[in-house]
Amino acid sequence: MRGPSPRHVAEMVRKERRQLLRDPRTRLIMFVAPVLQLLMFGYAVNTDIRDTATFVVDHDASASSRRLVEAFTTTGRFEVVGRSSRSADIPSALDRGSAVVAIEIPAGFAADLAASRPARVQIIVDGTHSNTATVALGYATRVVQAFGREQGRAGGDARVALRGIDLRSRAWFNPGLESRVYNVPAVIGIVVLLMCLLLTALAVAREREIGTLEQLMVTPLTPAELMLGKTIPVAIVGMIDLVLVTAVAVLWFDVPLRGSVLALLVAALIYILAGLSLGLLISTVSRSQQEAFMTMFLFILPAVILGGFLFPVETMPAPFRWLSVLDPVRHFLHVVRAIFLKGEGIAGLWPQYVGLLAMAICALAFSVLRFRKTVV
Amino acid sequence: MTFGRTLAIARKEALQLRRDPRSLTLGFLIPPFLIVFFGYAITFDVDDIRLAVWDADRTQASARLVDAFVASGYFRVVDRLERYPDATEALQSGDALAVLAIPRGYARDLAAGPSPVQLLVDGSDANTATIAIEYAQGIASAHSRRVTLAERDARPTLVPDSRAWYNPSLDSRNMVVPGLVAVIISILAALLTALTIAREWERGTMEQLVSTPVTRLEIVAGKLAPYLAIGLFDVLLAVGIGTLLFDVPFRGSLLLLLAMTSVFLLAALGFGMFLSAALKSQVLATQFAIVATYLPALLLSGFIFAIANMPRVLQLATYLFPARYYVTVTKAIFLKGVGIEVLWPQALLLSALASLAIAATVAVFRKEVA
Repeated sequence: MRGPSPRHVAEMVRKERRQLLRDPRTRLIMFVAPVLQLLMFGYAVNTDIRDTATFVVDHDASASSRRLVEAFTTTGRFEVVGRSSRSADIPSALDRGSAVVAIEIPAGFAADLAASRPARVQIIVDGTHSNTATVALGYATRVVQAFGREQGRAGGDARVALRGIDLRSRAWFNPGLESRVYNVPAVIGIVVLLMCLLLTALAVAREREIGTLEQLMVTPLTPAELMLGKTIPVAIVGMIDLVLVTAVAVLWFDVPLRGSVLALLVAALIYILAGLSLGLLISTVSRSQQEAFMTMFLFILPAVILGGFLFPVETMPAPFRWLSVLDPVRHFLHVVRAIFLKGEGIAGLWPQYVGLLAMAICALAFSVLRFRKTVV
Repeated sequence: MTFGRTLAIARKEALQLRRDPRSLTLGFLIPPFLIVFFGYAITFDVDDIRLAVWDADRTQASARLVDAFVASGYFRVVDRLERYPDATEALQSGDALAVLAIPRGYARDLAAGPSPVQLLVDGSDANTATIAIEYAQGIASAHSRRVTLAERDARPTLVPDSRAWYNPSLDSRNMVVPGLVAVIISILAALLTALTIAREWERGTMEQLVSTPVTRLEIVAGKLAPYLAIGLFDVLLAVGIGTLLFDVPFRGSLLLLLAMTSVFLLAALGFGMFLSAALKSQVLATQFAIVATYLPALLLSGFIFAIANMPRVLQLATYLFPARYYVTVTKAIFLKGVGIEVLWPQALLLSALASLAIAATVAVFRKEVA
């Protein structure tokens, strides 16, 4: 048993590179799709609550009730999309989804306020999207309370209105609380992983299915050389993709890159190696392309969801949190977000780097071993 | 197009599927497995916020404020900071998600006028941060009211009476499970068919098929049928899991859901088959199918990110993805319990997409064979 010879690996790399670049449609998948995806999804991954579609039913139709509605719209969080004077219109607006929030101001609202009697306003949100609903309810409650305080002050009850706690919140690392700066770096991670898996998961299964694997077997190449030859070109494509999509994130979406580019590149290289090794592993354990494909599907959705892309890992039940330690996506997303937003370096993130590296080595070693077995 | 020949193709496809038990098991079992898995894993509910406290006041009043945060159930005190600058370290390391800073003189100011208290939040995850701030504001204002009420019977002049419809407890599971059913079925549908025609080309069995008297439309329809059955079965199973295991309400009509699902499946399966017929390679069809369905189904369907928040151009682009309609449909039927009088635009557009996909498949298919 000898170690991989550089010449053999170089030959294998050349063959793989040719195969990868031969078909213009594959080139499209490799270089255009990632950029296009980031451009589209960069705009999509937005959980900010702005201009929420609001339906107003004003039974009072007074100056006060109009001022209250104005107080809602001037925050920029709510946008009135419909008005009516019948309560029955609220269910139909929310059912159809044309409005997400409804404000109903009862008759006598202005009179109650003027007489310093407790006035009521009804706020209804569409709870089908629980996150948006929670935040929109919070904003609405605060608008109403602020309006009430202002009325109280105007009525001369200034001392009571001013008493109590004045909670001032400040958000660090992302003062504008824009969801995009948190989500776009994560999209980078997902798009690159997808690419690595797409290019490798079917690679070996395909050669096996069309019979070219046997031809490769009769050459003096060892399994390790074969695997390296399949790995290196894809890793280069992955790195090019990473640089492309990072450029889009920084230049197009203005996501701040506060940490070092070197730390990002090192993390990306390890992550890409881990991703494509997993792809190769899937490919070597599958007997047909269809099987490889199904296995990849079974792997990728949990990997993305457990990785903390769409919702924080901390909110998962404990068993899933433990399971997510095995997920390369989780570690990479932690790293990119920390590098982009907090300006962290390798020093503060070494557990993630080590974890990713361990996964890359294990997956690659396992696929070489597994490959040898299936051939013999 | 005769029914008999279509049925024969469908039977052939089903036989082929049956002979490939691994793929068949995956097709049947992946969706229920993923729904159970994610149903447990995904919660968007922010209810265990790690809070570090810097209390420079050290009075009973300040301790009561901290208690109010803990008693809300949304915050958990993980650290007590000695010095204010320690807040930086706590947030940077991620040990705490928020820092509550109570300055000296808090208790004194509380009696006299507005008493400033600071909440520093790690804003990286804007969504979690926004919700944490919302909770803190709510706790602070409720606590304020309690403190001022204790002294004097001052009632607030304006009371917001707020409620959430369709999901009164704002439980994220009720939103996740119906959306998830739609996302998973969307991705799987295109994948199931992306291989079928390309495989016949690659293995050379397509020539045999073409030399029989079956027409292209019969081949396409026959090949769609078994996958349509798998998809419907998966959706039924998912409804069962969602309602029985996760207690998600199902308020609409099951019949309507199945009808809408069929139209949706025809569009999604048809798209996969179109890729398969147009690209004639299993690898390429797979790659295109994943790129075109996987992330769009997650990100452009309105499952998590509201379509109304997207720029106009992107909003228009979402109309191309069947997943977009289906997410609306499942959420509306599960939670809102609405009927066809509300969902007819979705039904109409899905039918259009389905016809388009099938017509395009037949068209590229014909050209290649002739």
